[in-house]
Amino acid sequence: MSSRARLIVFLVGALGLATVFALGFCDLPPMGDYRGPYGYVVTQVAVFERHATDVVNAINYDYRAFDTLGEEFILFASILGVLLIFRPSQNSEKKESYDPGQEDLPASDALHVTTQGIMGIMIVFGVYLTTHGQLTPGGGFQGGVVLASTPILVYLAGDIEAFQGITSSALVKFSECGGAAGYAILGLAATVFGAHFLTNVVPLGTTGDLFSSGTIAIISVCVGIEVAGGFVQLIRVYLREIVGAQLKEQE
Amino acid sequence: MKVLQWTSLLLVMAAAPGVVLSREPKSQVVALSFYGLLCGLMFFVFQAPDVALSQITIGAVMLPLLILLALTRMRRHNLLRQRKEGK
Repeated sequence: MSSRARLIVFLVGALGLATVFALGFCDLPPMGDYRGPYGYVVTQVAVFERHATDVVNAINYDYRAFDTLGEEFILFASILGVLLIFRPSQNSEKKESYDPGQEDLPASDALHVTTQGIMGIMIVFGVYLTTHGQLTPGGGFQGGVVLASTPILVYLAGDIEAFQGITSSALVKFSECGGAAGYAILGLAATVFGAHFLTNVVPLGTTGDLFSSGTIAIISVCVGIEVAGGFVQLIRVYLREIVGAQLKEQE
Repeated sequence: MKVLQWTSLLLVMAAAPGVVLSREPKSQVVALSFYGLLCGLMFFVFQAPDVALSQITIGAVMLPLLILLALTRMRRHNLLRQRKEGK
């Protein structure tokens, strides 16, 4: 296709988009306008019904827990896909030694010191986000990601052996599978008590307590464990060959 | 509040072309991370702290990190291939 024809196709498309966009803008409701009763109802009843002060997580992990279960398994399946694509190759290519080519910049002392200082804070913050999902903004997903990014800090701090130890431990694999399975098992456990799948059957406790809101807190922790394990696995497979070569170099 | 909301919207608007217009992948990743952070700020100002946290952890940390890791792998792959052809 010549550049002239391409330009014509683009102009027609852009004109159409601009028209539809302008029409859409004309009928836009004012900022903050909300139509539909569901949001108002759920913000009114969530704290009383579920003893969870963070209504967003009450929706995610209770009222709409089935949707979140689906999302968890989307994440699970996509991480599985990456692991499958990056599985160690059978041929001899992997035996070739690592050659950084152009010299890598040496990590600065400031980087070593900062990463070591931040690590503890990040682990505590990640655990806090995961366990307080029912009380404050956050929850398992965010906390899991924060926890999963700490091994990268170990790597940046220059302790490659520790990075290898953390990321290749069986606990990481188990936490990914265990977290995802825990969510599903918790849902099935409700059916044992004669309730629907993923019904909140655990005692709700006192509003505002750490151990309150029943399954919401437990699901949040399950999700946190799964997400942390999954993302650490992702980081591991990306860096596996490079870290392996660096370890060989150190010997 | 209105001022903060408008400021955050304008910041996001200003940062978005920065991501698209930076052509070099490494600098684009940094721009993307910054853009993700500004989006997180915007969600926070619009009173959605849960979404803001998700946005910061995914958009500003994990996504750029995974892109960087992928770039590292690609660089290594290219080096290995070049060496093979050189031999």
